[in-house]
Amino acid sequence: MNVNWGVMIPILTKAVGETFQMIGIALVFTIVFGLLVGVLLVSTDEGGVNEAPFGSRRLGAIIHAVLGFIVNIGRSLPFIILMVVLIPFTRLIIGTFIGPTAAAVPLTIAAIPFFARLVEIALREVDTGLVEAARSMGAKRGTIIWKVLLAEARPSIVLALSTSVISLLNYSAIAGTIGAGGIGDIAIRYGYQRYDNSYLFTTIIILIVIVQVVQLVASAVARKLSHR
Amino acid sequence: MITITDLHKSYPPRNARGTTVEALKGTDLTVADGEIFGVVGQSGAGKSTLLRCVNLLERPTSGSITVAGQDLTTLGEAELRVARHGIGMVFQHFNLLSSRTVAENVEFGLEITGVDRAARRARSAEVLDLVGLGDRASAYPSQLSGGQKQRVGIARALAGNPKVLLSDEATSSLDPETTDSILQLLKELNRTLGVTIMLITHEMEVVKRICTSAALIEGGRIVESGNVIDLLNTPQSKIAHALFPLGESRGEPGNTVIEIMYAGHLADEPIVGRMSREFGIDVNILGAAVEVVSDHRVGRMRLELPGSVESNAVPIARLKDSGLYVEVLEGAL
Ligand SMILES: Nc1ncnc2c1ncn2[C@@H]1O[C@H](COP(=O)(O)OP(=O)(O)OP(=O)(O)O)[C@@H](O)[C@H]1O
Ligand SMILES: [Mg+2]
Repeated sequence: MNVNWGVMIPILTKAVGETFQMIGIALVFTIVFGLLVGVLLVSTDEGGVNEAPFGSRRLGAIIHAVLGFIVNIGRSLPFIILMVVLIPFTRLIIGTFIGPTAAAVPLTIAAIPFFARLVEIALREVDTGLVEAARSMGAKRGTIIWKVLLAEARPSIVLALSTSVISLLNYSAIAGTIGAGGIGDIAIRYGYQRYDNSYLFTTIIILIVIVQVVQLVASAVARKLSHR
Repeated sequence: MITITDLHKSYPPRNARGTTVEALKGTDLTVADGEIFGVVGQSGAGKSTLLRCVNLLERPTSGSITVAGQDLTTLGEAELRVARHGIGMVFQHFNLLSSRTVAENVEFGLEITGVDRAARRARSAEVLDLVGLGDRASAYPSQLSGGQKQRVGIARALAGNPKVLLSDEATSSLDPETTDSILQLLKELNRTLGVTIMLITHEMEVVKRICTSAALIEGGRIVESGNVIDLLNTPQSKIAHALFPLGESRGEPGNTVIEIMYAGHLADEPIVGRMSREFGIDVNILGAAVEVVSDHRVGRMRLELPGSVESNAVPIARLKDSGLYVEVLEGAL
């Protein structure tokens, strides 16, 4: 295999930068909205701290059902289809659907429901006795959510986050095939269309390294946060 | 301190085929200031439901709950939260936050009431000393034994200076020795801080060790309630019988069966021997127990005297005269 590193390194560096850019932007929104949706899914459920917002159990049940439905829709569309469907929306808010910033839009939309479900699972694992103890001390709903549910679920949420980052990496490669740039784009354009295996293998190695690092860091942080 | 009046609580059916569970069916209960009040009853009798109603973790279907002069059932959510600051709660499974250190757990309630950081630190150090865990403030709950965890739970419940402490089976996940030390601690705190304690237990031993009063709950109703010593003076009392199981022996038909209860110095006297000698009758002991109940030495005995009740009138009167509590059990027994 004849590798021209001088040409390849700048191409790959740019691609990695693009991948990080789209994942980074998507991640910020995913964390904010995923946590929000996850908390709402758990708290509006029967027995949750917000099961009756404004005193109405019915309203809680409706919010819960509607959110669950939307999340399931988000989870049922294959990413490539989601991306195509979202092209008009992406154009509307970014002005184009080409490039890493534009790709962050469908990435975010795909990752929010995924991360929200993982957050939901993490929050459900918190012992209901802890919520009861907080209630017995006169804690407000917000305090229970912040200081009991989210605080206790922190290690699981960190692990959920790493799983989401890895999914985003996966999606970003798909996004690369329709104009997002990034590592996926390089793998397809050089590796697939030009039969240049050196690009294909290098991108694979880069992806493997990123996934390993993300997982290692997340596991270490989760272990540090967990005092169980 | 706690007055519960005609309390009803029913849980709605879980699904279309389920039935409504009536956990409490008109419960009345009064816990006086400074008491250690034990509620006993079989599994499913409604003990936990009753206790959870006291701080309205469970909203009763009807009835009223007054704690420290305030009817909690009339309070709105915000007022109720404030009222809860005056009611500490201790749990069977401790319910400590694993993400917080011991001190941070104890400070949680103070954080909720908006006490500033320095004051919280000082108060948590104080209550941790009180429960004997002053040196473990920066440990995490997972690094503690069950008994230590419960001490943290107690410290947390006491941090806000509550007037009332509620405890649902606080010692049920602990071994007998640890149970002992936790009961001692509760008794000590009751004595030194004057905190009123209402506890739920399925172990009569707990009642025997620390309770000044007790109530028996059956099928969502209080069937018996009162001062422990008074209950012991009531031979038909189910609580007394559970505290002092005398067995089921009934004696021969035609004979008289009596039960006697004695406390204090009388517990040291040779009652049976003296009676046999004085009246020349063969007294048969069907059952007997002597124990320490709420710091009193108390004995209970079931005796069989030959012949009918009438023929034993004199010895029975003599027993009563000597200060013993005597109950003639009917023939049907
Ligand atoms: N959240 C609930 N929903 C439906 N039914 C309930 C609920 N909590 C309790 N019950 C029912 O109410 C009754 C009383 O329950 P409770 O937990 O008060 O009993 P308990 O005396 O504490 O029993 P144990 O000694 O086993 O703890 C039981 O029949 C129980 O099944
Ligand atoms: Mg119970």
